[in-house]
Amino acid sequence: MALNVTDLRVYYRTLRGEVKALDGVTFSVADGEIMGLAGESGSGKSTLAKSLIRLDGRMRHVGGTVELDGRTMPLSDDIGMDRFRFREVSLIPQYSMSALNPTRKIGKMVGELLDSRGERPDRAELERRLELVGLSKDVLDRYPIELSGGMKQRVVMVVSTLLNPSLLIADEVTSALDVSSQKAVATTLLGFRDRGLVTSMMVVTHDISLVYQIADTIMVMYAGRLAEKAPADVLVTAPRHPYTKQLISALPEVGVRYEDRRLTGIPGNPPSLLKPPGGCRFRERCPLAFDQCAEQPPFAEVAPGHFVACWKAE
Amino acid sequence: MRRYFGRKLLIYGLTFFVAVTINWMIPRFMPGDPVQSMLSRANVAQPAAVEAMRAHYTAMFGFDLPLWQQYLNFWGSLLKGDLGISIWLFPTPVSDVIIRAVPYTLGLLIPSILLSWFAGNRFGAFAARRKWLDNSVLPVGYVLTATPYMWLAILLAWALGILAGVFPVAGAYGFDMQPSLSWDFLGSLAQHWFLPFASLFLVAFGGWAIGMRNMIIYELEADYVNYLRALGAPMRLVRRYAFRNAILPQVTGLALQLGVLVAGALVTEIVFSYPGLGHLILQAIQNQDFFLLQGTFLFIVIGVLIANFIIDIAYVLVDPRTRTGMGGAA
Repeated sequence: MALNVTDLRVYYRTLRGEVKALDGVTFSVADGEIMGLAGESGSGKSTLAKSLIRLDGRMRHVGGTVELDGRTMPLSDDIGMDRFRFREVSLIPQYSMSALNPTRKIGKMVGELLDSRGERPDRAELERRLELVGLSKDVLDRYPIELSGGMKQRVVMVVSTLLNPSLLIADEVTSALDVSSQKAVATTLLGFRDRGLVTSMMVVTHDISLVYQIADTIMVMYAGRLAEKAPADVLVTAPRHPYTKQLISALPEVGVRYEDRRLTGIPGNPPSLLKPPGGCRFRERCPLAFDQCAEQPPFAEVAPGHFVACWKAE
Repeated sequence: MRRYFGRKLLIYGLTFFVAVTINWMIPRFMPGDPVQSMLSRANVAQPAAVEAMRAHYTAMFGFDLPLWQQYLNFWGSLLKGDLGISIWLFPTPVSDVIIRAVPYTLGLLIPSILLSWFAGNRFGAFAARRKWLDNSVLPVGYVLTATPYMWLAILLAWALGILAGVFPVAGAYGFDMQPSLSWDFLGSLAQHWFLPFASLFLVAFGGWAIGMRNMIIYELEADYVNYLRALGAPMRLVRRYAFRNAILPQVTGLALQLGVLVAGALVTEIVFSYPGLGHLILQAIQNQDFFLLQGTFLFIVIGVLIANFIIDIAYVLVDPRTRTGMGGAA
């Protein structure tokens, strides 16, 4: 097992109290698995992604453990985590366009970064990897300003995977791109896994239709908790959680004329995570809600590899 | 690159023209009559002699010509390098008077500008990552940068000069000395230099330290820092990058502050009776010395423009982004 997350809780400190952005999630990602992590804004998916590599100043690791390849990661120990970062777990951030130091030539920056981590920069390997994503080695002698947004993103993808991490977290990497670039990025990510440059991958997105194309499994989050995790095609064709069902049905389908049938959304809004209601958090918006939903349903395996947190999932 | 510098030079040329024109206008629109004050200094009793002298001086300085003619003559002699003759120190040429004063002003300005910039930036960056320093010393920085130069100068002169008696409060060297290359003279020079230097240095230091502290805090929140930290880069590398990027606005700030610092140096010189350009300006105004005033202003304008131009070039060297953006607004 590559990644084992057990009952992870990460809260945000705010002036009005603690925001329970990640409130007890348990799941695992197998070696070689590409897991899509989907959910709407505020569902906790980005918090989960960040927690696995670097907590920001307002985040607090409240409980739960994370194991990567059998070693426990000290999430709240910023210095202890450095051992894992880049080598074991790496990140392609949401802000790839601005992730490179604007006043350093890219090659020099990569060299200094590797140097500071005690790794010997291997120019030939770096050039080979750039070629892999369709960049010439000339970009190493350029400043970030001289590259297009898509090129910068590809540079970041190469840099992040340079030390062949065991787990790669791609955080909303396609959100700022046009559709053709989205497709290219998705294919590149897939290529990284297939070439063995990264072992497993977690692709955070709010775009299920995109992640469906590359992911082996998809996990859906809602209001700081896990709703459903299943193999990608099962989740898309036969979802069991009412939230996932409504999410999937809100996606446009090929061959359907939406002049005749309006796309439906999910009525209502997610609950505030400052003082979340007890029990199932989707209860307020759920068409199937009944008395037992006042109690939090377990994230139970209803079929091999298919986990659902709903009393009515059977 | 060529277009960029061409445009810059055009702007500097235009600024020079306007500034010199204003310099020419200011003394002429001041109340008072320089020839009259020269005559009263000459202390001549006979009305006929006074009239003759008046006619002589007026013709010599060209005050009998119409204003536009005076203005053209002024540009004509300026381009020949002739700044006219001082009325206050008649008949010394203005250029000689200025050249005697310039070393004192430069000796104050250059160290105080460069040292305050360098030390302020270092200290600001240092304070930005230590909470106790940030909370205790930076308020002092705010007070310093809000202090008017001459007020701090007076305060220092009073405290360290009059009360403590450590430093002399007037002149550039002891009144009993003649300029020479002896240790005695150099020591006296340094002693007299310290207080005006310190008052300029402290005010500017506070400003740079605060600016740098804010910039560093901003840079440490930037995306590229978050990315480096997520890849486990040590703080040493991150700080180096942040400092280097935070210094860029400070370079621009230096160009903007230059004029203010020069003005500060001028009033500071007056407080300490330091024989630099500021002292000359005061004397020129008091003595209705049009030509000296023009000449001094001209010198300051040229100095500030040259310094700005150097900073422009330096900025192009340190920030790659300006190099690609050179087709844009200059």
